[in-house]
Amino acid sequence: MFKILSKERLAENVVSMLVEAPLIAGKAKPGQFVILRVDEKGERIPLTVVSVDESGKAIRLIFQEVGKTTTKLGRLRPGEYISDLVGPLGRPTEVKSYGHVVVIGGGVGVAEAYPVAKALKSAGNRVTAIIGARSKDLLILEDEMREVCDSLHVCTDDGSKGRKGFVTDVLKELLEGNTPINLVYAIGPAVMMKVVADLTRPYGVHTMVSLNPIMVDGTGMCGACRVTVGGETRFVCVDGPEFDAHMVDFQELMTRQRMYLDKEKMALEKYLREGAADG
Amino acid sequence: MAERGGDRFKRKPMRKRPPHERIRDFHEVALGFTEEDALAEAARCLQCPNPTCIPGCPVEIDIKSFIGFIREGDYESAIRKIKEKNNLPGICGRVCPQEVQCEEVCVLNRKGAPIAIGALERFAADYERSKGVPEARRGEPTEMRVAVVGSGPAGLTAAGDLARLGHEVTIFEALHSPGGVLTYGIPEFRLPKSIVRDEIEYVKSLGVKIMTNVIVGRTITLDEVFAMGFHAVFIGTGAGSPKFLYIPGENLNGVYSANEFLTRCNLMKAYLFGEYDTPIYIGRQVAVIGAGNVAMDAARTALRLGAEEVTVVYRRSEAEMPARLEEIHNAREEGIKFQTLTVPVRFLGEDGWVKGMECIRMRLGEPDDTGRRKPIPVEGSNFQFEVDMVIVAIGQNPNPTLTRTVKGLNTSEEGLIITDENGRTSIPGVWAGGDIVTGEATVISAMGAAKRAARDIHNYLMEKKGAALGWIPPTP
Repeated sequence: MFKILSKERLAENVVSMLVEAPLIAGKAKPGQFVILRVDEKGERIPLTVVSVDESGKAIRLIFQEVGKTTTKLGRLRPGEYISDLVGPLGRPTEVKSYGHVVVIGGGVGVAEAYPVAKALKSAGNRVTAIIGARSKDLLILEDEMREVCDSLHVCTDDGSKGRKGFVTDVLKELLEGNTPINLVYAIGPAVMMKVVADLTRPYGVHTMVSLNPIMVDGTGMCGACRVTVGGETRFVCVDGPEFDAHMVDFQELMTRQRMYLDKEKMALEKYLREGAADG
Repeated sequence: MAERGGDRFKRKPMRKRPPHERIRDFHEVALGFTEEDALAEAARCLQCPNPTCIPGCPVEIDIKSFIGFIREGDYESAIRKIKEKNNLPGICGRVCPQEVQCEEVCVLNRKGAPIAIGALERFAADYERSKGVPEARRGEPTEMRVAVVGSGPAGLTAAGDLARLGHEVTIFEALHSPGGVLTYGIPEFRLPKSIVRDEIEYVKSLGVKIMTNVIVGRTITLDEVFAMGFHAVFIGTGAGSPKFLYIPGENLNGVYSANEFLTRCNLMKAYLFGEYDTPIYIGRQVAVIGAGNVAMDAARTALRLGAEEVTVVYRRSEAEMPARLEEIHNAREEGIKFQTLTVPVRFLGEDGWVKGMECIRMRLGEPDDTGRRKPIPVEGSNFQFEVDMVIVAIGQNPNPTLTRTVKGLNTSEEGLIITDENGRTSIPGVWAGGDIVTGEATVISAMGAAKRAARDIHNYLMEKKGAALGWIPPTP
């Protein structure tokens, strides 16, 4: 059982939680994730470790309430417990000095981009960040990102904050600009990462993405998270989650992410219907 | 009691639920012996002066004695006799391939039918369970501590044996629930999870602690395990990484590894989706690739989830199928179809979902290094058939999570841990056993390896501690 120490709502459907997990906190590195199970009947889902708190005993998780599991998780209060939490999983980000790095976070992906941006900055890189959301109310971690970057670009689809447009619009300008870019690192919806990859490919800029497929065990046991990278099947949980964006078959990733869409919708609707009764 | 003392060569069959009934749910198929069945079967036992059955048991159960007790109606002594060697009798009585172990070497096997040793073991275990399992006897504390990595058959066996000898044992389990393959792999209808739970509780009652959600190699390193004060480590992490065919279309939606399919169903209870949150796809026309026990489990699970037609596709002929005969028989009885001498060459998709399979026919050539006749593709024999779900059950590689993160641990090219006959690895104080050493094998062979390792660990610990104090260790 893992105790929730604090909880904060960052946007309408985005929740940040500090969870007591000393063993994981002692090991987690940027780019790694945990698998959690909210309760006895819950499914196992992966979430990125956003940060480790000052005490070194708790980890911060940020998630968007999209299905039954994340909605249930979002309803837990400080002092309550998450049934199971295991990690850290996946290979950590390769943090080294690249030179000029552009870190891109889309939607709740900003939460995952943050630890990477911070680590890359500490490693001596010049970090330019681009973060985006559908609208102002959904934008998260702007201040935190500003703190760890040399420059920050903010954009929203509806123009309610920063510039109107997509993160890729900004990226395009940077690629066309005079400052050379040594690495682009993108985390967000698969379609965003695909557009980033397509954009940087002709410029030959090395681009890394952190993939977010469906997982079950997260330890290489089931193969649910398999994805084609450079024509080969890889397991995101143990071989990733980060891969060379130019090698990833995003179409396949997106199709696989939708595998249980109808069932997930059904489960959420049932939960909300029944949940409404007991408040 | 009419059968008592009846025909020595006629084996008592185990009652099973009729196929049309059992394919509608996940309840256990085999019902076990009644007391009358058990007495009749035990009465057939010759009680050989030099029993050949015992060397056939990887964990050396005194089979002759426990059957002797059943004959006398002393079931309590029977189960106590079994538990001298085996902490998991209800599990082994159900999933051991007795036909190639103790029963194969039973004297009566040559004269007709061997004693149904597995069914009798199960009877004794179930008898005890129905009466309430008595408190286990713990060994005199030695103050030596052992860490066990993985709570599958090997881990539970090593832990149980070492705890019984008085060592303080902690098992580290990566998943949220202990049992390893017994929990995530073998379906409810073949091995009820309540049995697994109860037998794990028994191991815990010996003093074993189980810490779930800990991945050794990730959450804590092997060095940290020693730093925590453990004097020895046993690794039983199993063969948990699914093999794929690596043919086009294998990543289409609807194509599962058997591991994923069974894990969703068994560990996550996806067959109760609605009450439980983990979804599973339910195919209508399902193909299962491979013909081992896991393939049979997957095929029969798909059927129970509601598939209209399930076909086992295998590249050799029926004679070479690695599954237990009994499981093949059960599957066939339930209406599973078999397409032998066939191998898929690609999966065909539509909108990202699998819709069909292109296969090629095979013929059998000369025996290969496994002793089985090698399948050879028949040129130009390609054909297609419709499927909307595929389960790939062609075996597993060793789980790389721990071995990848430990320096100095000798492994083979495939990633198996190299040990001596007692399970000692290249790192002093570290033993390993089960599928992570041998590659995919049976529950009982993993338990046998764990038993040998536990004995050696015990000697090591006692040498380390006891000798200096002039203390005489209890013999295992």
